[in-house]
Amino acid sequence: MDLVQLQRQLVEYRTSLYHEGFLDEQYTQLQELQDENNPDFVVEVVSLFFEDSERLLNELTKALEQQSIDFKRVDAHVHQLKGSSSSIGAQRVQKVCIAFRNYCEEQNVEGCLKCLQQVRHEYSLVKTKLESMFQLEQQILSAGGSIPM
Amino acid sequence: MGLKLQQSQHHHSVAVKVNEQMGTKRGYTFIQSNRAWLPKFLLLWVVVMAFISAWIYKKMDADSKVRREEVLITMCDQRARVLQDQFRVSVNHVHALAILVSTFHYYKNPSAIDQETFAEYTARTAFERPLLSGVAYAERVVHSEREKFERQHGWTIKTMEREASPIRDEYAPVIFSQETVSYIESLDMMSGEEDRENILRSRATGKAVLTSPFRLLGSHHLGVVLTFPVYKSKLPTRPTVEERIEATAGYLGGAFDVESLVENLLGQLAGNQAILVNVYDVTNSSDPMIMYGHQNQDGDLALVHESKLDFGDPSRKHQMICRYHQKAPTSWTALTTAFLFFVICLLVGYILYGAAMHIVKVEDDFHEMQELKVRAEAADVAKSQFLATVSHEIRTPMNGILGMLALLLDTDLSSTQRDYALTAQVCGKALITLINEVLDRAKIEAGKLELETVPFNIRSIFDDVLSLFSEKSRNKGLELAVFVSDNVPEMVIGDPGRFRQIITNLVGNSVKFTERGHIFVKAHLAENTKPMTEAKPENHFNGGLDEGMLISGAGHFKTLSGYEAADERNSWDYFKHLVLEEELRYDASINMAIADEASRGVTLMVSVEDTGIGIPLIAQDRVFMPFMQADSSTSRNYGGTGIGLSITKCLVELMGGHISFISRPQVGSTFSFTTVFERCKKASYNDTKKPVAEDLPSGFRGLKAIVVDGKPVRAAVTRYHLKRLGILVEFANSVKIAASECGKNGSSCGSKIQPDIILVEKDLWLSGEDGGLSLRMFDGKQNGHVFKLPKLILLATNITNVELEKAKVAGFADTVIMKPMRATMVAACLQQVLGIGKKRQPGKHMLNRSPILQGLLCGKKILVVDDNLVNRRVAAGALKKFGAAVECAESGKAALKLLQLPHCFDACFMDIQMPEMDGFEATRRIRMMESQANEQMNGSIDEDSASKGEWHVPILAMTADVFLATYDECLKCGMDGYVSKPFEEENLYQAVAKFLKSNPILGS
Repeated sequence: MDLVQLQRQLVEYRTSLYHEGFLDEQYTQLQELQDENNPDFVVEVVSLFFEDSERLLNELTKALEQQSIDFKRVDAHVHQLKGSSSSIGAQRVQKVCIAFRNYCEEQNVEGCLKCLQQVRHEYSLVKTKLESMFQLEQQILSAGGSIPM
Repeated sequence: MGLKLQQSQHHHSVAVKVNEQMGTKRGYTFIQSNRAWLPKFLLLWVVVMAFISAWIYKKMDADSKVRREEVLITMCDQRARVLQDQFRVSVNHVHALAILVSTFHYYKNPSAIDQETFAEYTARTAFERPLLSGVAYAERVVHSEREKFERQHGWTIKTMEREASPIRDEYAPVIFSQETVSYIESLDMMSGEEDRENILRSRATGKAVLTSPFRLLGSHHLGVVLTFPVYKSKLPTRPTVEERIEATAGYLGGAFDVESLVENLLGQLAGNQAILVNVYDVTNSSDPMIMYGHQNQDGDLALVHESKLDFGDPSRKHQMICRYHQKAPTSWTALTTAFLFFVICLLVGYILYGAAMHIVKVEDDFHEMQELKVRAEAADVAKSQFLATVSHEIRTPMNGILGMLALLLDTDLSSTQRDYALTAQVCGKALITLINEVLDRAKIEAGKLELETVPFNIRSIFDDVLSLFSEKSRNKGLELAVFVSDNVPEMVIGDPGRFRQIITNLVGNSVKFTERGHIFVKAHLAENTKPMTEAKPENHFNGGLDEGMLISGAGHFKTLSGYEAADERNSWDYFKHLVLEEELRYDASINMAIADEASRGVTLMVSVEDTGIGIPLIAQDRVFMPFMQADSSTSRNYGGTGIGLSITKCLVELMGGHISFISRPQVGSTFSFTTVFERCKKASYNDTKKPVAEDLPSGFRGLKAIVVDGKPVRAAVTRYHLKRLGILVEFANSVKIAASECGKNGSSCGSKIQPDIILVEKDLWLSGEDGGLSLRMFDGKQNGHVFKLPKLILLATNITNVELEKAKVAGFADTVIMKPMRATMVAACLQQVLGIGKKRQPGKHMLNRSPILQGLLCGKKILVVDDNLVNRRVAAGALKKFGAAVECAESGKAALKLLQLPHCFDACFMDIQMPEMDGFEATRRIRMMESQANEQMNGSIDEDSASKGEWHVPILAMTADVFLATYDECLKCGMDGYVSKPFEEENLYQAVAKFLKSNPILGS
């Protein structure tokens, strides 16, 4: 009963993530890629995403603190971030990245800073959400259940 | 995003280019560039033309003046000559008279002339001297002889004043005179000042002399007197003045009454009225004396002509002055000509101006249109971008729905529930495909639609489409059925998506416009029907209807539902030929199919028949035009945009077929189309058959069924579905027959045709009340037997709860199959009923393409190039899942290094936007490398290159951009295709399948 509840909770949680736009279909695809040969695929990729994103966010912060901002570099970083976020289906991060790149193109420092803030915010949100979802999954697995797709 | 930017720049540059073109065009038209000057040109033209016409006027006027002057000169000279001639004649005559007098008066002695003779002679010869009013002869009398003379004549010499002449040196008394001047007889001519001078001058010169004009004695007219000397003796040849004076005997004189005589003379000449003539004596040039004419200066003073007059007296000068009576009239011809010229030029100028203005306007319009065109094209681009965005937005929530459905399917469901859930899932997928189709419409419009060539199962496509509309048709109570002829190959190569789209469109239309009856989809090979359609058309269109009426009677037609259809080709009369022939040719067709391997084309003929409202005759010729529905009320009643059929037509034509329809209002419509597919090659068929073939459970093979149905077409459809499951089918017209047959077989021959299943049509069962009874009877019989019970299944389009209860009571306890029938659904029901087979593998349906992908990718070595670690990992994971060996490179340079020839990669997935060297550049370099290697290879080993092909590793772009422009660019730099990033299975499959087919390295 407990397990079933956990499973339901997970499904609901995941659905809410889709619903609120944190995740999109790409995450589903990602899940489909996970199989017996590759049991931790999603977690692996997502943690790669976390590492990469943190690195990029730091780079971005540094780049935007400079006196004369190298917008090309900023744009390249944002592009990276956008690519990896779209790869795992972190939709909201990806969207902010799109706006970010527009500001980069305009060389709008204020807009860039605002976007950086937003990206950071969205990133930490999605990170928290994903982590708690993984936690739930772990719980289910340790309880001996299977993760519902 | 970067790509999007590039693309927008690209659009921008296109726009700029267009503008430039417009600019150059603008530069070329002279009129357009000088438009501001046009009114000024017009004004200039008018002014110039005004000047020219003024000049013309002047010239013509001057011409006419010259002519006038010439006329005047001619007239004046003529008058002068005439006058002069007449004068000369008169003078000559007077001369003759002088000689006459000298001859007869002096040489004859006694004188032969007296006053009487002279008077008569002169009177009779007066016509010879028209200008002379009279002539007279005066004798020279010296003073010494005066007395003698006076005595001789009997009168005294008198002066002009008629007084006795005072004493002078000599006298010149008139002795002979013409009668007209007889009053001067005996007057001394020397007493008049003028005459005296004249006399002296004439006798000194011996020639005629004239006086200056003076008032004549008799008439008081102005006149001149002509005086001629008469000599007594013959003069020496060169006489001196003294000799002349000495020899002078007398003087002959004549008075010219110039005024009246000139008047007469001029009166005889033409143009007398027009000109004014004055004659002057200009001996004294400072004071000309008028001889004739008025002294007052009236008439046209501007134009005067003088003509010299020579009256034979060298000491006197005369001249004639002529001028016109009236001033020169205004030259109307010149004025009119000039004016008309001006008007014409004005009009020409205006016409040219108007034309120029028109050109300017047209060109302005043209430029405006061009601009609008550019804007419209921009709007079109915006539209496709909008479509791309919206479809993306819709896809995301749809995935949620599909996910939930997948979860639902995972739970324990009854067959009906499972069917509903599966239907929902299929519909959701169809919606996503629909969205993609909307995107494709833009491609069709741009003519950039490419058809896929992948193997697919025709029958499952039909089933899918039917399931899409099953709910709707059930609600409407429509029979919806599909029948695919047996000789249609199971697998063909073509574009399943498009094929499905065509059928979905047609069936969707039919469902929309049909309220009763049926919708029947039928597919067969076009080759089969050709001879029949050619042989039987009269039957269909002329006799067919009547025949149908006669046979079926009472409004029942041998169609699927019994309703009349527009095209009788689907009715049983025709249909049975197809079915029968199929059976006859069944074996042959297998052989034929094998023999036909070489000719790989399969022409499929599909018809969709409905019994709906039909298409009004007026609207029939614009059915395939976009946005045209039969009439405006159609869209009100039934919704829709009317674009479906136009897309359908495009698609059918793209697939190498054509579409047509037969429709009768209030009866129904039948749309038929042909498409050309490739036959599946034997090799690939074997490879792909298992994964792609519809997964129909094989557990029913060898089962036997009896279909109880009064309608042969419907029965054939039922059999078709059962046959696909491997079930042998028998027909029975009624339950009774079925029961008896079953019983007979069951009792006598035992296992021969012992049916496992009996399927009964609902309406048949309901129509015969005995049905229920006989079913029980049937049951009873079966119960008495050892054999297992045949399962009774009711087939129904729609069924009410009451009927369901009744059915259960009647013996259909097992199940009810709701139509439309589909092989999978029938299989699911039978599974439930017979307990054969297990629950289907969940998720398998969703990933039904994975096995093919696996087949394609398994063991292949693939290079993934992406600078983004996460992307790389995901791509690698996705490819690995299908069994590919994946290697990664994090930059274009690294990829180049790995792809140094020779290498053993089968394919390369390349990210486009990377720092340092982007995907395009990397691809370009790889291709360069390959072409160099190929050249060398061609040079050295010909046979090897010929057999093995050249180095050409398939490179697929990975891009988040789905626009066509990106695709074009990919192809331009040598890539083979693109997959959208993140990977989608369908998309990946399409891309991989394409280069797999065309690439021999991968195929081997």
